[in-house]
Amino acid sequence: MNNQALKKEILRMSGTDPMKCMACGKCTATCPAFDEMEYHPHQFVSMIKNANIAPLIRSESVYKCLTCFACAERCPRGVEPAKLIEAVRLVAIRPQGKNRMTAGDIAEKLDDDMPQQAIVAAFRKYTK
Amino acid sequence: MQVKEYKPLIVAFCCNWCSYAGADLAGNNRANYPAEVKIIRVPCSCRVNPTFILRAFQKGADGVIICGCHPGDCHYTSGNYYTRRRMAMLFSMLDFLGIERERTRVEWISAAEGAKFSATMNEFANTVAALGENKRLEDLRCKK
Amino acid sequence: MQRIGVFVCWCGSNIAGTVDVRAVAEALSREPGVVFSCDYQYMCSKTGQDMIKDAVREHKLTGIVVCSCSPRMHEQTFRKTAAAAGLNPYMVEIANIREQCSWVHKDMIVGTEKAIILGRAAVAKVNLNSPLTPGESPVTKRALVIGGGIAGIQTALDIADAGFKVDIVEKKPTIGGKMAQLDKTFPTLDCAACILTPKMVDAAQHENIRIFSYSEVEEVRGFVGNFDVKIKKKARYVNEDICTGCGACVDKCPMKKVPNEFNLGMDMRRAIYIPFAQAVPKVATIDPSACNMLKNGKCGVCQKVCTAGAIDYTQKDEYIDEKYGAIVVATGYDPISLEKFDEYAYNQSKDVITSLEFERLTNAAGPTAGKLLRPSDGRHPEKIVFVQCVGSRCASCAEKGKEYCSKICCMYTAKHAMLTRDKYPDTEVYVFYIDVRTPGKSFDEFYRRAVEEYGVKYIKGTVGKVVPEGDKLLVQAADLLTNTQMHIDADLVVLAAAIEPDKSARSLATMLTASMDTNDFFTEAHPKLRPVESPTAGVFLSGACQGPKDIPETVSQAGAAASKVIGLLAKDKLIGNPCVASSNELMCNGCSSCERVCPYGAITYENKEFRMPDRTVKVRRVARVNPAVCQGCGCCTVTCPSGAMDLRGFENSQIMAEVDAICK
Repeated sequence: MNNQALKKEILRMSGTDPMKCMACGKCTATCPAFDEMEYHPHQFVSMIKNANIAPLIRSESVYKCLTCFACAERCPRGVEPAKLIEAVRLVAIRPQGKNRMTAGDIAEKLDDDMPQQAIVAAFRKYTK
Repeated sequence: MQVKEYKPLIVAFCCNWCSYAGADLAGNNRANYPAEVKIIRVPCSCRVNPTFILRAFQKGADGVIICGCHPGDCHYTSGNYYTRRRMAMLFSMLDFLGIERERTRVEWISAAEGAKFSATMNEFANTVAALGENKRLEDLRCKK
Repeated sequence: MQRIGVFVCWCGSNIAGTVDVRAVAEALSREPGVVFSCDYQYMCSKTGQDMIKDAVREHKLTGIVVCSCSPRMHEQTFRKTAAAAGLNPYMVEIANIREQCSWVHKDMIVGTEKAIILGRAAVAKVNLNSPLTPGESPVTKRALVIGGGIAGIQTALDIADAGFKVDIVEKKPTIGGKMAQLDKTFPTLDCAACILTPKMVDAAQHENIRIFSYSEVEEVRGFVGNFDVKIKKKARYVNEDICTGCGACVDKCPMKKVPNEFNLGMDMRRAIYIPFAQAVPKVATIDPSACNMLKNGKCGVCQKVCTAGAIDYTQKDEYIDEKYGAIVVATGYDPISLEKFDEYAYNQSKDVITSLEFERLTNAAGPTAGKLLRPSDGRHPEKIVFVQCVGSRCASCAEKGKEYCSKICCMYTAKHAMLTRDKYPDTEVYVFYIDVRTPGKSFDEFYRRAVEEYGVKYIKGTVGKVVPEGDKLLVQAADLLTNTQMHIDADLVVLAAAIEPDKSARSLATMLTASMDTNDFFTEAHPKLRPVESPTAGVFLSGACQGPKDIPETVSQAGAAASKVIGLLAKDKLIGNPCVASSNELMCNGCSSCERVCPYGAITYENKEFRMPDRTVKVRRVARVNPAVCQGCGCCTVTCPSGAMDLRGFENSQIMAEVDAICK
């Protein structure tokens, strides 16, 4: 798929409108995974808006996002970047035809400090 | 025998503050539109009673267009909002009666949009002409 | 049957070039009711008008149709001509055969044919015209200004200077409004009190101005020129006429723990108080919710110390009925509540404050006597973070913030940052902005000075969260230009809260039948051309009740509103537009549909007695249109299910006759 088609697909899946963004950066300011991410939430919004999708799909950022939805909660314009990131992840992972992680991989990744919710979220994130 | 070319009869209701002035501007700019369009001046598009439109069709009009100020610009603050809702109702009812949707229209034309006025009237007249004569509501008793 | 004269104008060759004017005059002479028709080169010229006048006399005409240019051009001219000939001016109709015929059609046959039809429609209408007389109503030469902030004060002063009586109604114990709470004002940095308090004194001393402080508008009835208003003067338990404002009672009052609303609760006042030193009127007010004497009859200290004997614990609310010709709304604004902005920890830390609180903290008359100290521990803050657009431009969170831009925050934040750096150069000042909006005279230069000369750190981005930790506030924010996340351990966080209309505005709008937008700002009669008038005649708008405004803008709008009021009050009587709605009482079924759609509140219902055929009397509820308020849009006529409502000058039968004439 070309970038425009990808953009259309992402907008359809996420159900949000990046045109509403006023570039305040509150999503990035709130993001707890900021240091892990190569592309930050506000960049997702503006890159999707400009149909510059390919770098996002190649990036590890889509898996680093915790899907905590802090950005979606705080966004004053209702753009909800988390939903966009989630849609990009799905667009990235679906054509690969396989899960990025299997249930068997989970055990070694567990540590005591990890909240239950994060494990569930991560599992969801690494599977199609 | 000479076949007379079919010309539709169009009644245009124009609000005094925007669209009537828009029509005047079209005149000032010599922006032509078909002579079949006849304008009736009303204070506000919300003054247009659905019975006026029914009467026009009954009397043999082929198309009716209502022109008002752009939403938010109504001289009387909210008149054109009422027009929009009333006409949405009326037009769907007329559609049910067999008066095609293309024969009726609401347009927002400001006092500065002379060009838009003539373009709209040209386009509307062509649309109505393509549909042909309106016979559905025509009341033969009204024919002389 | 009318006797109609038809006058076809050539307009030189403007009409005659495309329309056969002779043929038009000839064709229209055969129309029903037409007794005379003629054509002339320039109908609007003196000769042309004289022709009309002569014809009226000679042929005893009762109606006139002029086939000429647009009625928007010469309707008034020909109405005056008719009036000069002794005819009712509303018996004139214009067939627009220039702009809407000769100028847009090229063919002589087509043009002539259309001109005849347009003329026929006008004749059909005149046949049903009836003489109309505009109504007259007197004007009460007194204005009411609701709200005593800078907007209300300026409006009142301007009206009073023109020689008209003005009353200001202010719900707080003193006039002055928000501006009295400010420290310095952008972009010139003169102190708010220095420029406001002289105006307050002017208002108090003006012979044409009465100030009803601690009062509210209870009821408004009537219409433009003739409003009846009931004002409630709340009991302040102090006789205003006797109190000298010496303050002895305040010093002695034992009830010391009442949050001081003038300082936004950052310090305490007594139960009897004078809001601030320059209050107008400078009289004490007892807060009945805090006063022990009023609550349980145990105290009475203030009465004992008052040498003037002004304290009166038995005072009751007083009602004043007054007539006004015009009403100016100047109810102003308030910062929104920040309760719901958890991410900024406004509720969790005393050191997260709003800009208005910051304003009081830097004000020499404020709780810290002008020293910038943290509210929590009184320490001097070393790092201050200003956050802009808190609740403004917040489209997705209607329950939290406002969709609009509050307009004044960018400038006052620049002012705060600049003043802080000026007074305390050791402080580090960050301003997080989305956009810096500085449209105004010398505004952008002011903002640039804050950055370039005072070294305020402007950062493009927003604060994501504030976490109080120890005596610090951990601020996590985004810097979008460097694409980094910032972590600042600040001492003070200042939130530029969005502003919203005063809460009392909604009920006031209902009383005045003035319309409001979805944000509760009053709407203007026209957004560009009538910005200080409400669509409701006689109601004018001044200041931030119409939309967010800074002081220069407020003052200019206040002056504009005053000039509109003066224009109204200068008239001895108001002459209305006779083309107004009128209800046929015999047909009206009292359903209230028309009352609901009327944008002006011109329609009221009344119970009226009707004599029935059997000589009994029946009371029915019928609509009544106030012709002084009705603007003649005709919305009610279409809404009326029984067809009782009609619009004079554009009656159902008239428009129907036009339709018939066109569709023949």
